[in-house]
Amino acid sequence: MREEIIKAVELTKIFNGLRAVDRVTFSVKEGEIFGFLGPNGAGKTTTINMLTTVLKPTSGRAEVCGYDVVREPERVRRSIGVVPQEYTADEDLTGYENVMLCADLYGLPREEGKKRALELLSLVQLEPFKDKRVETYSGGMRRRLELACGLINRPRVLFLDEPTLGLDVQTRASIWEHIRSLRERFGMTIFLTTHYLEEADQLCDRIAIIDHGRIVEEGSPSELKDSLGGDLLTLECEGNGVEEILRAVEGVKVVRREGGEYRVKVSKGETVAPLLLRMLTDRGVTVKRLSLTKPTLNEVYLERTGRSLRDQEESPEQGIRQRVILRRARS
Amino acid sequence: MQGFLALTRRELKKWYKEPLLMLITVLQPLIWLTLLGKAMNIGAVFGGGVPRELANQLMLRSFGTTDYFSFMATGMIAMSCLFTTMFTGFSIIWDRRLGFLNKVLSTPVSRASIVLSKILYATLRSSFQVLIILGAAFALGLKTGSGFHPLYLLGVLVVAFLLCVTFSSLFLMLALRSTRWETPMAMVNLMVMPLMFASNVFFPTELMPGWLKVVASVNPISYTNDAVRQFTIYRLDAGVLLKDLTYLGLFALAISSLSVYLARRYLSR
Ligand SMILES: Nc1ncnc2c1ncn2[C@@H]1O[C@H](COP(=O)(O)OP(=O)(O)O)[C@@H](O)[C@H]1O
Ligand SMILES: [Mg+2]
Repeated sequence: MREEIIKAVELTKIFNGLRAVDRVTFSVKEGEIFGFLGPNGAGKTTTINMLTTVLKPTSGRAEVCGYDVVREPERVRRSIGVVPQEYTADEDLTGYENVMLCADLYGLPREEGKKRALELLSLVQLEPFKDKRVETYSGGMRRRLELACGLINRPRVLFLDEPTLGLDVQTRASIWEHIRSLRERFGMTIFLTTHYLEEADQLCDRIAIIDHGRIVEEGSPSELKDSLGGDLLTLECEGNGVEEILRAVEGVKVVRREGGEYRVKVSKGETVAPLLLRMLTDRGVTVKRLSLTKPTLNEVYLERTGRSLRDQEESPEQGIRQRVILRRARS
Repeated sequence: MQGFLALTRRELKKWYKEPLLMLITVLQPLIWLTLLGKAMNIGAVFGGGVPRELANQLMLRSFGTTDYFSFMATGMIAMSCLFTTMFTGFSIIWDRRLGFLNKVLSTPVSRASIVLSKILYATLRSSFQVLIILGAAFALGLKTGSGFHPLYLLGVLVVAFLLCVTFSSLFLMLALRSTRWETPMAMVNLMVMPLMFASNVFFPTELMPGWLKVVASVNPISYTNDAVRQFTIYRLDAGVLLKDLTYLGLFALAISSLSVYLARRYLSR
């Protein structure tokens, strides 16, 4: 049994009456990559801020590396690294100067700081650009620089808030590689948040789906998908009594009407689909479209929250931040 | 300590790597001095009919010097401290909005360092302006008091330092928890004019109505001006100077301690 390196119990943060994080309980084992998956405004950043001692919980408690985040913030800070959602590196300073600033914030001896800064800059492949001003960096380079800053104190736990927000597909994949290699090389525990399903699916050992401040589901990506209990058939058809007909077909578990579509959950999509099609046609229903989806996290998400992760909502302030991030990410 | 210095260095770099900002820092006090100092030539009011001897007597009695420009120019030092430090709070709001503050808060650097680095930065920047004002004031014909010694200028810097610490702490406190500019901006606006006019920057407090005199007599700007003038244009009175310095020192200490205390408590929301 590996050690539980992050433990949150009924962790809650209320902002002027808004329950941003609502009695969240979970734990992360040493060496795991654990992901918080949820849309904008779900409470991911707020959770990270509490775990990293930036925000004080309204109630509940949390421990990181065995230290209480409220009572022993100093110790927590020494054992963690944080890569915030925003690009926080100073535009006017060079990459190297930025990493050195972080080294100083952790109080590393000057020589040790220099050594680590150079090591980390080459780890994230920024060595050739270390003396260029951050202003000239691309989005992917900025992310990698943030990563280097977050690693300067050789943390046991690394917190990554939306590590690939706004990045293109290739850059995203390369950041994932970096994250995986961190775990392999240093056995580091990684807590990340994301609203990209692929990211959670590909990168995380375990996921908690968070929505409106609450954890609605937790498990490994494959557990979550299995929990849906089968494949999803989506039909668009014209005719009467479609729902009743569908329900009568063998292998159909759940039928739901959503928009103009019927979403039918079945145990084995490939065999049930033809059967379903025949039954409907026999009863005079015209099937205009039929699609079979193997479960993905999006289905899990839809199932648990009733919304697709693709539609995003955001508060004005977050909107501004997000735009700042995106503008820089794309520069 | 290391974190504190690193944070201060970051601020300073932003300043001196920006030539325009630097230029403005230099130009601003020069504009004030020439405009305010030379435009309001109160001495000239006594021109013509009043005999020169009498005019000088009157000036000396109310302003402590015969030359209004010298009175005004020395008052500019406190004013420039006020105007450079009043924006200190905004840089912490900016850091918060950009997420930099959160990153710093998640490191072991002490909360005190975070505010003290901003205070020190504002103070250094302000002291630089004070040097320019002094230089310009002498160039434009500041009349020093009898017994003036160039080393007294160091005293002026110390006085300016104390006032800057006071004001930057004060304005930083107002913005500790803000995520928006509006409220702190309004508060700064509300405070600046009274701070400036309820003091002896432009006019000696002795000639003010009683209630205003009371306000001016607790205003650190008045003490700063008096101390600066003691060091430059008045005949130095050690007793008065000591009183000024003690008041300013205690004020700076109290208010900066308060801001550190509040930062420890409230920087994390
Ligand atoms: N400092 C704050 N003050 C008030 N409300 C906040 C603050 N920070 C976040 N919120 C609100 O809390 C909710 C969760 O925000 P956040 O944790 O940033 O979500 P996520 O990171 O999942 O997008 C949002 O509704 C957001 O508007
Ligand atoms: Mg977020």
